[in-house]
Amino acid sequence: MGLWLVRRVAASAAIVGAVVTLTFLLLHLAPGQPFLPGAETPIDPAVVAELRREFGLDRPLTVQYAKYLVALAHGQLGESFALHRPVAEALEDAIPNTLVLTGAALALDLLLGLVLGVYQAARARRLPDVALSAATLFVSSVPTFWLGLLLLLVFGEWLHWFPVGGVVDPVLHHSLPWAGRVADRLWHLALPACTLGAVGAAATARYQRAAVLEVIGQDYVRTARAKGLTERRVVLVHALRNALLPLVTLLGLSLPFLLTGAVLVETVFAWPGMGKLAADAIFRRDYPVVLAAAIAASVMVVAGNFVADLLYTVADPRIRVHGE
Amino acid sequence: MNLRATLALLGALALAVYVVAAARRHAARSSARRRFFRHPPAAWGIGILTFFGALAIAAPWVAPYGPSVTLEIVTLQNQAPSLLHLLGTDLYSRDVWSRLVYGSRVSLSIGALAMLVAVTVGAVVGAVAGYVRRWVDTVLMRLVDVGLAIPRIFLLLMAIALWEHLPLSLLVLLIGLTGWFGTSRLVRAEVLTLRERDFVTAARAAGAGPARIVVRHVLPNVAAPIIVSAALGIGNVMLLEAGLSFLGIGVRPPMPSWGNMIAEGAPQLTTAPWSALFPGLAIALVVMALNAVGDALRDALDPRKEAA
Repeated sequence: MGLWLVRRVAASAAIVGAVVTLTFLLLHLAPGQPFLPGAETPIDPAVVAELRREFGLDRPLTVQYAKYLVALAHGQLGESFALHRPVAEALEDAIPNTLVLTGAALALDLLLGLVLGVYQAARARRLPDVALSAATLFVSSVPTFWLGLLLLLVFGEWLHWFPVGGVVDPVLHHSLPWAGRVADRLWHLALPACTLGAVGAAATARYQRAAVLEVIGQDYVRTARAKGLTERRVVLVHALRNALLPLVTLLGLSLPFLLTGAVLVETVFAWPGMGKLAADAIFRRDYPVVLAAAIAASVMVVAGNFVADLLYTVADPRIRVHGE
Repeated sequence: MNLRATLALLGALALAVYVVAAARRHAARSSARRRFFRHPPAAWGIGILTFFGALAIAAPWVAPYGPSVTLEIVTLQNQAPSLLHLLGTDLYSRDVWSRLVYGSRVSLSIGALAMLVAVTVGAVVGAVAGYVRRWVDTVLMRLVDVGLAIPRIFLLLMAIALWEHLPLSLLVLLIGLTGWFGTSRLVRAEVLTLRERDFVTAARAAGAGPARIVVRHVLPNVAAPIIVSAALGIGNVMLLEAGLSFLGIGVRPPMPSWGNMIAEGAPQLTTAPWSALFPGLAIALVVMALNAVGDALRDALDPRKEAA
């Protein structure tokens, strides 16, 4: 286990390192040079040379790469062109919002998906299963941002049950008591988290249904039934334990999907997270922000996969033999 | 809606129904086809895909107006759906149904082309890694690890941020080039087991070179997972295109794609919800159809399920 852990951490670090290198290379492969294109008034070449020297752009690529790595190790991600503040600072504000949104969505995704999937498998090929299968097939195919718009229209604009965007109420939030502030946050979180969670939950339910059905066909489940256990106990205790394993894999696989969805859902709901930061930065040609957001997202994915792998070894004793 | 457009629409619907019925009739002939139609949504999926495929091909006949024709900016903007304008009109008084029909050309072809790029690269990389093994395998698979670690949309955002004014063809290529990682893993795993089989040894003994063995003997046996991942891949690409267009960095207006139609309709969501809702519904239907067909294909193309 110890060796496995070391190897796994090293592999994760290597992937993050490769992502960082890739972003650096992309930056330098891109056509055009900083301080040259897009300027309305032509800049004096001497000034350009001066600026390039100042920012170290005249040094060899390897030196620039080394400096980039050193800066990154110190948590310096450069200066945003458009926001007039360090990228790290902007990310620091945005990442907690994204974590709250994706965390809530992931919880909804797994819980609702698990419950629906198990329920469907227990009622396989009967009316509730057929109806839910059709529903989950549709919802898992819907563009997330479109579902967001739909929920926004129905529950925000027409019914006025939920706010139409933002993290907190801009006027009232600071005058609220402690509990009121938490409620305000949850109230704002509801629609975006449901949007992101629902699409994921539909996919998880389809996956989970298949997993439970596969396990239910196995001998030991037949044994449990033959012992005279109630169907409820057979499904919820005997079958579910093994059918839960794929869910752990899904936990790792869901993260890239959720982060992709977050970019769009954050834009729909004006949720000031990493995705919205990156999407807004595109139009300002503010690529340090986009690169930093991409690196942050990759770190999250790698960390998520690492946690999923770790959970897998804990959950499934058969895996351990392989790792030793 | 004029007579020609109405007839063309009915024709497309009739074609979809006919194709499903014909496919069902022929289903009994082979066990693979029977397994395919054991999934009830698969027949619906084929119908939906035929319908939208017919719309895309026959767009000039099905659409009552051109995709960018502004009818009457003052009196005909944001009109609710009616018999005259099947899905209503948008902010610029353009007929939403016509734009949806022409948009199907853009959205479906982006999905198909980008998927083709992704599946080709994925199959080649997977086959090479699985067949050659050793350091080639290690290098390629570590590359795949890195590719899978960056959420695809961030990869595309980076590329789009750095290359200004990306032409559509390059965008499609880029979407394809960021989507092959999963397929290559799948193909590699299959190739790794196939290359040890007797028929591959026999081919090698008969003097076939590695390229011939991979192309003629190994890849045909990996066709099933490749086809399935292609079917599911088109749907993913269409969702991605819609997302990018929604952010304003995908297909640029006035050329209609389902994604940028949603983007243009979103600000009028309360006054004219139809201009954003219908293109989204079209995406959902097509992606759903592709997922249903992909799932059924997975079952149908798996000979191990023969007995079931």
